Amino acid sequence: MIPSIPQPRFLTIAYTGYVVVFFFFLALPLMVVAVFAFNDSQFPSLPWEGFTWNWFFGSERPMIGVFHERPILRAIGTSAFVAVFVSVLSVGVGLSNAFLFNRYRFPGQNLLYVFMLLPLVIPGIVLGISILVFSSRMANGIWDMAEWDIEALRPGLVLVILGQFSFIATIATLVIGARLQKFDRTLEEAALNLGANRLTAVRTVTLPYLMPAVVGAFVVAFLMSFENFNTTLMLVGSDAPLTIAMFDRLKEGSTPLLNAVSLLLMIGSSCLALLMIAFQRRS
Amino acid sequence: MRTQAKLGLFLLLTPLLLWLSLLIFIPHIDMFVVSLRERIGVAEYRISPANYLTFINEPLYLRTFLRTAVMSIIATIITLLIAFPVSYYIAKIARGRARSALFLLCLVPFWVSELVRTFGWMILLRETGLISNLLQFSGLADAPVEMLYNDAAIMIGLVYTSMLFMVVPLVTTLESLPDDVIEAGYDLGGSGIAVLREIVIPHAMPGIVSGSIIVFMLSLGNYLTPTILGGKDSLWFTELIYSQFIVRFNWELGAAFGFLLLGLSSAIVWGMLKLTGQSLEKTMG
Repeated sequence: MIPSIPQPRFLTIAYTGYVVVFFFFLALPLMVVAVFAFNDSQFPSLPWEGFTWNWFFGSERPMIGVFHERPILRAIGTSAFVAVFVSVLSVGVGLSNAFLFNRYRFPGQNLLYVFMLLPLVIPGIVLGISILVFSSRMANGIWDMAEWDIEALRPGLVLVILGQFSFIATIATLVIGARLQKFDRTLEEAALNLGANRLTAVRTVTLPYLMPAVVGAFVVAFLMSFENFNTTLMLVGSDAPLTIAMFDRLKEGSTPLLNAVSLLLMIGSSCLALLMIAFQRRS
Repeated sequence: MRTQAKLGLFLLLTPLLLWLSLLIFIPHIDMFVVSLRERIGVAEYRISPANYLTFINEPLYLRTFLRTAVMSIIATIITLLIAFPVSYYIAKIARGRARSALFLLCLVPFWVSELVRTFGWMILLRETGLISNLLQFSGLADAPVEMLYNDAAIMIGLVYTSMLFMVVPLVTTLESLPDDVIEAGYDLGGSGIAVLREIVIPHAMPGIVSGSIIVFMLSLGNYLTPTILGGKDSLWFTELIYSQFIVRFNWELGAAFGFLLLGLSSAIVWGMLKLTGQSLEKTMG
């Protein structure tokens, strides 16, 4: 079934109809979340009580908007902090891995490549608990031996960052590696012939070429970290990132405040994604 | 020159090895060691398979485990069946601008947190929700209908959440199938079904396998969707792990559960790769 082969009219219409229904199914939950952020009521559900901006800007009980709700603002800050760290670490290690697998041949390379892919097929919650178990046992061991309490090994932001990094690094490696594979090695050799040393050649020729992939990997890592729930859930301490804070509220019962936060998240991540696409078009 | 190359190799290997050993391998080995411990007194342990025996002897645990596996397989199949026609439409029927626009539209919901997506379904499905109101308004129901907290709600959530991870690999593999090959199939007298079975599906197999692996994994390891859409009694295996670790503080049993989940997902991923003759490098890389 392709456009150049004639098909019965009925079939074509039914097929197009199916695709339309599919996209409606995709959009429906998000539209509902967005619309009820403006409902002038304590519950994100019908009946519609009228339009209000209070769930964004309201400053008095019972309608405190996002921009006046301290715990939510703090959680957004925590998430952003974690996401920046995770992205920087992942992109750094991803770059190093991409060069390693592209430029060197060494025994055991293929096996190491498979190992590098493994974090993608380990359930996030298992990654979380394994890191939790290991770090807590290390912390206890160090305490027993030397009476040092290493705060970083207890559940908290350091472990959240390491836990998210443990699988996002694989994705960064794949994104950057795919572009490095398309790189024309003769360009680098030309730079070497012109008298550059290897490091200068990589810095002035290869890295600029990789830039779109680096930015892409950074944005993807940032979004994945911001959204992550499973791994974070097991490693979180007293500072909750946004997804955990929202989950706790959702369990207690939801107000349109959550819709407002969600709408802001949607706008934020769409902007980031569009920015990334624009950047990749340009280069 | 040779020593320089060796130094470079060493420098690039270090972060990879540190990452894989400290965050992946040693923690998992340690988790396995913990899962083999049995508490016999205050801070006294001995090695025994007690935790695994508890799992086998307690019907609730075993049932939850099997239920999670079966529901995840069903979710994967439903996702594949829904996503395949759409991916084919995007890859082979839509043209130019429309194609990239549709592809982008598929990605949009997944730039948003899973929590937000699940929250959306909650608003739609609950007793005071949109669908319940719609049914009452249209006269199909005369009292509020509760559609949350059952298996169908979990299934909708799982399928919705993992749709993207099926569509993207499918579109990518289907795009690489030249139109001429499909035309040739028709020219040789094949019907639409025959072309689909003999040409399109075999060509899309790597995409089908990698999509299915990811969707299965995500469903099996999902915590959010079963908890929020399925309610307290949704009996998802990740919930057992969470409660052993965080609520009951029984890390030994929790570690055993974690290892069982890892074993199940690895076994099914490996089986799927073997069955279709694919390799992990090809489907993921």
